[in-house]
Amino acid sequence: MSDFAYDASHLLGAIVLLMSFALLYQNRLFSLLHVYSAQALTLAAAAAWKGYAHDETHLYVTAGLTLILKAIIIPIALHRIVVKLDIHRAVEPAMSIGATMIAGVSLVTLSILLVLPVTAEASALTREDMALSLSVVLLGLLMMISRRNAVSQVVGFMSIENGLILAAVGVAGMPLIVEMSVAFSVMVAFIIFGIFLFDIRERFDSLDIQKIEQYRGEQE
Amino acid sequence: MFAPLTIIALMLAAAALAVAFSRRPAADAVAYGAVGVLSVLLALWALVRLASGAADISVVLPIGLPWLGAHFAVDGLSAFFLLVVNLATAAAALFGWGYVRAHAAHGHAGDAPAERPPAEGPVAPLFPAFVAGMNLVLIAADAFVFLVGWEFMSLASWLLVLSTHREPATQRAARVYLIMASFGTLALLLAFGLLAGSDGAYAFESIRNSQPGAVAMTLAVLLTIMGAGSKAGVVPLHVWLPLAHPAAPSHVSALMSGVMTKVAIYAIVRVLFDLLPEPQWWWGGLLLALGALTAVLGVLYALMQDDMKTLLAYSTVENIGAIIIALGLALVFKASHTPVIAALAMAAALLHVLNHSLFKSLMFFVAGGVLSATGVRDLGRLGGLIHVMPLTAFLALVGSAAIAALPPLNGFVGEWLLFQAILNAPALPQWVLKIGIAVVGALLALSTALAAACFVRFYGMAFLGRPRGPEAVKAHDVNRPMLLGMAIPAALSVAIGVLPTPVIRLFEPALLATVEAGAFDDRNYQPWFWLAPTSAIGNSYSGLIMVAAIAGLSALLAWVIHRYASRGVRRGIPWGCGFTGGDPMARSQYTPSSFSQPLRRVFGSVAFSARDEVDMPQPGETRAANFRVHLDDPAWRLLFTPIVKLTERWANAVNRLQFLTIRRHLSLMFFALVALLAVVALLQR
Repeated sequence: MSDFAYDASHLLGAIVLLMSFALLYQNRLFSLLHVYSAQALTLAAAAAWKGYAHDETHLYVTAGLTLILKAIIIPIALHRIVVKLDIHRAVEPAMSIGATMIAGVSLVTLSILLVLPVTAEASALTREDMALSLSVVLLGLLMMISRRNAVSQVVGFMSIENGLILAAVGVAGMPLIVEMSVAFSVMVAFIIFGIFLFDIRERFDSLDIQKIEQYRGEQE
Repeated sequence: MFAPLTIIALMLAAAALAVAFSRRPAADAVAYGAVGVLSVLLALWALVRLASGAADISVVLPIGLPWLGAHFAVDGLSAFFLLVVNLATAAAALFGWGYVRAHAAHGHAGDAPAERPPAEGPVAPLFPAFVAGMNLVLIAADAFVFLVGWEFMSLASWLLVLSTHREPATQRAARVYLIMASFGTLALLLAFGLLAGSDGAYAFESIRNSQPGAVAMTLAVLLTIMGAGSKAGVVPLHVWLPLAHPAAPSHVSALMSGVMTKVAIYAIVRVLFDLLPEPQWWWGGLLLALGALTAVLGVLYALMQDDMKTLLAYSTVENIGAIIIALGLALVFKASHTPVIAALAMAAALLHVLNHSLFKSLMFFVAGGVLSATGVRDLGRLGGLIHVMPLTAFLALVGSAAIAALPPLNGFVGEWLLFQAILNAPALPQWVLKIGIAVVGALLALSTALAAACFVRFYGMAFLGRPRGPEAVKAHDVNRPMLLGMAIPAALSVAIGVLPTPVIRLFEPALLATVEAGAFDDRNYQPWFWLAPTSAIGNSYSGLIMVAAIAGLSALLAWVIHRYASRGVRRGIPWGCGFTGGDPMARSQYTPSSFSQPLRRVFGSVAFSARDEVDMPQPGETRAANFRVHLDDPAWRLLFTPIVKLTERWANAVNRLQFLTIRRHLSLMFFALVALLAVVALLQR
């Protein structure tokens, strides 16, 4: 692989990670969706570039699916939900933004410490990609637990999925069928989340999860 | 290798057929007939292999796990256990067929007392499946097939226990059994996992060739002893056994007690003697300590029981203890590189395995016969059965004498060989063992003597004296298949007792496979009727001379009595004491509780915190006096009840997690993940 191809995929992977940090940093729902869309776009570009550089045509399909589903359809749909349900447009963090960022940086450190020694035999690009994608997954989880709003939890979940796709793209040889099923599972998850959001909204007039929890039946 | 696999497949087919015909009376005949014939064939096959010293055979079938296949193999050890299992199974099938016919004929028996509706659980289809599972364990040559067979055996026997599910006691028995069986399988699974190492080499051949680390090996030994020991009934993991074994129908109890425990012994032998490399002496020391505890506690429990089948189940615990002691001896001698004495101890273990499978099956058949004839299992309501069931009584006498280790029966030979091995303990280098084995020997002697007392009590209460309840008066001898099923193990017990040497020479392939020495006697000087281990410090035993001596002395005694004492048999009321109507002797006889009262006083208050509660009415009161004995099983008090309490406390503590918010649930997952990743990151430094 040429140096340029290596640098380019490295750069794209790094941008995906950067977008994860940007997701953590946002405090408005719409900008959250925009950043998510940008992350998916970068991911699609990373997959397409990888397909081009390695001459693996099936990665174009991955890129296309990511582009259409995650960069376009899901953000638009979420956007419409937010508008239609008239959701309060500020993200209420459960942890302060600063603390979240510090936690995020330590998670990235952890994944680098973890992945680089484990994959000592693998090629340089695979190692970097694994470290990056593990960081993206962990940051997505962090986002899910540090936000109270249901929409931002959905976005966190989607960005975990992005991390998985990034890993799949990085490790050449993941069968297409797996990627497609991951893409569709994201789609299904999105639909289910959408229904839930509507339903929650209808019943409780709010998407703040803390308000919902007091209605739980099993609480003693 | 074709023969045992085909026979196991045919047994499963018989089970399926019995399911298909379950509505018709033919189902029992199909199931028991098929199992009888097939197990005789398999026993013969194993016998021929042992006698001809055939080489080990093995085969790999492409079923089961895709990367592993299913390994099967038969070596000397497997062949020996196949013989033991199928011999007793054949008798049990014959007896079982008669038993269900008797059940069908007069509507009760089964194991439900006459006044209750009969137990209607399906027995016929499960019986062949249970036997097939046990045989599968014995021919397995990889951990996967072994555990599948083991679980199959456990679950089939569990369902057989449940066949009397209308009895209130059965439900608790089945629950305890299921928990203990799962625990045992889990322990074995972990043991095999440790032995197979991280690349998952589950075939026994690769386990043999691998060198596990010291920690893994120690853990694997402990897990194997726990896992297989819980199935065999090693104290303190025996608690399920006296609950579950008596709950099943009697022929199934015979298989569970006489045979399934032997499969567990096979597992211990297979892992400790064959799969693991060079043994450490403390493995044997652990087995010796556990075995001594098991033997003494088992027989003490047995002495306190009034229920025939529970008594027999506890006696199984005692015999398992003796076998475990023999295995421990074989292991310490193997570890100290004296293979001839190891072979002696191993031969004692295997002989006791064979013996116990025979006489314990016989005794359970006797219990089943008595139950079928009277409908009660409480010794306190039996008595005088020798008059109404003379044939059963005779066979029960043979079984009781064998199990009490009286010469010239097989129980004596097994114990004798075991004591010969114990007497060699001073040859060991470890002082702990030199002294410890002497203690173990004393405990074993104690348990043997108590076992004799126990079976005097069993036989005396059930068959001698006068009937203690109305059921015992109306009894009658059992039908022919049942009698024949009892006669086969009885005859074999006598035969092994009189001529043990040819039988023990059959074991040699099994001894070679486990302790690397076949013979422990000097073939050139020992004729076939003389049993004399070279290491036995000049001791020897001949069943034939013993029989001749016993016969001669008995004849002499009979002659003396008849010559010098009165010829006639007189019956009279010795102490009429104002009793008028009825037979006063029935109430003035020893009862089972009063017979064991001295032993209960000596041992019971320590071992079981036994308390006698006497409620004596004041003079002038008209109510009846009341006497009650409380026994407390220390295994429950010291081990299981605290475990249950601890589990409940933990469950309550953890239960709070169920009511967290969604975000907190996610946080738990997140922190667990991060913590695990951090551990990995730190460990690979």
